[in-house]
Amino acid sequence: MAAYAVAAGQAVLVAALAPWLLGWMRAVRARLEGRAGGRFGQPWRDLRKQLRKEPITPADAGVFFVAAPPVLMATSLLIAGAAPYVSTRGPLSGVADLVVVVGLLLLGTVALALAGLDTGTAFGGMGASREMTIAALVEPTLLLAVFALSTRVGSTDLAAIVAAGAADPARVISPVGALAAAALAVAVLAESGRLPVDNPSTHLELTMVHEAMVLEYAGRDLALVEWAAAMRLSILLGLLATLFLPWGVATSLHPAALAGATALFAVKVFALGGLLAAGEVFLAKVRLFRVPELLAGSFVLGLLAVLTASVLA
Amino acid sequence: MPVNDQLLSLACGLFLLCAVGVLWRRELTALIGLLTLQGAALAGIAVLLALDDPHPEALAVAVAVGVLKAGVLPWLLRRILARVPAARETAPLVNVAASLLAAAAMTLLAYAAARPLVDLAPAATARAAPVGLAVVLIGFFLAATRRRAVSQIVGLLLVDNGIAAVAFLATGGVPLVVELGVSADLLLAVLVLQVLTTRLQAAFGDTDLDDLRELRDR
Repeated sequence: MAAYAVAAGQAVLVAALAPWLLGWMRAVRARLEGRAGGRFGQPWRDLRKQLRKEPITPADAGVFFVAAPPVLMATSLLIAGAAPYVSTRGPLSGVADLVVVVGLLLLGTVALALAGLDTGTAFGGMGASREMTIAALVEPTLLLAVFALSTRVGSTDLAAIVAAGAADPARVISPVGALAAAALAVAVLAESGRLPVDNPSTHLELTMVHEAMVLEYAGRDLALVEWAAAMRLSILLGLLATLFLPWGVATSLHPAALAGATALFAVKVFALGGLLAAGEVFLAKVRLFRVPELLAGSFVLGLLAVLTASVLA
Repeated sequence: MPVNDQLLSLACGLFLLCAVGVLWRRELTALIGLLTLQGAALAGIAVLLALDDPHPEALAVAVAVGVLKAGVLPWLLRRILARVPAARETAPLVNVAASLLAAAAMTLLAYAAARPLVDLAPAATARAAPVGLAVVLIGFFLAATRRRAVSQIVGLLLVDNGIAAVAFLATGGVPLVVELGVSADLLLAVLVLQVLTTRLQAAFGDTDLDDLRELRDR
C-alpha cells in the first residue's frame, strides 16, 4: 500500500514540478541572454488560463485528435509514477522496466503524431512526419544506452539499476557510464524537443516539430498537451539524473529517506535543467537533414557503451 | 577491478571514441584535434603497460609514441592546413550518418574477428585489443570515403594508431628498434603527403584527390 502511495506521490511531484522546471529554464536562458524574462510561475499561469477555456475540435477531426491529449497525459503520469525517481521500491517493480518506459514514451509520441495527421492540415502532417523520423532514431539509442547499464546489473529493471548504482558509486563513474551518459543525453535532447533538434520557443513554420503537431489544439486540450510535454522533459531529465547520479534515491520506504530523496530529486532535475538551458544559449538549431547525423552519432556511442560493458569491463 | 585496469579501459574507450569522432566531425581542425587526443590516449595505453612491467625500453617507446603522435604529427598537419584553405570536408562519398553506422558495424566486426585472439590470453589487455582492430578498420574507411587530402592523411594515421594499439595490447609492447623504424616511416609518409598536398593545391586550387585522374609524362 505504501509503495502505491509513493508511486502516486511521484506522479504528483513530477506533474507539479514540470511547469516550474520550464519556467526555471526559461528564466536561466533569459538571464544569460541579458533579458529580464518572465516569472518562474508563468508556465503554471498559462496552464491555468488554458484549462479554464473550452476545447475546440476542428470539424474534420476524428477520434485520434480527441484521444491524443488524455493518452499523452496518461502515459506521462504512468512513467512518472513507475520510474524509480524517489524510491526504488515501487509497486510495479519487475514490470516497470526499461522496455516498458521507452514503450510508454513512444506511445505518447505516436498518439500526438496521429493527432497531427488527423486534422488533415499541412503543418500537422509535416510536424508528425518529422517527429516520427526523429523518434525512429531516438528510441534505439534510449534502449541501447540503458542496456549498457543493465548488462552489469543483470536486469533491465530501472529500479534494480538505480539501486545497484546507489550502492556502488564506482560502477557509475566508468567508461561505460560516460559513454552511456553521452548517448542518453543526446537522445533526451531529441526526445524532449530541445535545441539543437527542435526549438521549443519558435513558431516559425519551417522549423517546427512539436509546435506544428499541436497547432490545432485549443483550451483544455492544449493545456493537457503542453503540460504532458513539460512532464516528458522532467521525466527524461529525471531519468538521466537518477541513472547517472543515483545518490540519495531512497532504497527503503522510511518517511525521512523519502523526504530527503524527494528534495534531492528536485535539486538534481533543476540543476540539470539549468545546465541544459545554459548550454542552449550557445547552440543553434541544426538543419533537419543534419539531425540524423547527430542521432546516428549518439546511437554509435550507445552501441560502444554496450560493447564496452560486455567486453572491456 | 584494479585501478590500472580501469584506467586502461578508460584510455581504450577514449581511443575508440576519438576514431568515431573523426568520422562524425566535418571541420578539418576538429579532425586534427581529435587525432591529437587519440595520440595522447595511445601514449597513455603505452605508459600504463610500461608501468605494469617496469622496463626502461618500454617507457622510452611510450614517450616516443606520445611525442610523435600527440606532438609532431598534429603539428605537421596543422602546417598543411595553414597553407590549404579548405576548412571542411564538404562532400564525403558516404554521408556522415551512414559512415557512423558503418563504424558501429566495423567495431562489432572487429570484436567478432578478434574472439580467437582474445581467447589465447584472456587478460584485460588482450580483451581491449579489438579496439585497435576497430580503429584500423575505421581509419581505412575514412581514407577510402573522404575527398580532402588532409582527411585521407588522418585516415592513414588512424590506421597506424590502430596497428600500434593492437601491438601494445596484444603483445605488451614492441621493441624500441621496430618502433623507431615505424615512426620514422610514418613521419616520412606524412612529410611526403604534405608536399603532395601543397603541389595539389598549387596545380588545382583545391585538395580534392578526385582531381588526380590521369598520369602524365613530361
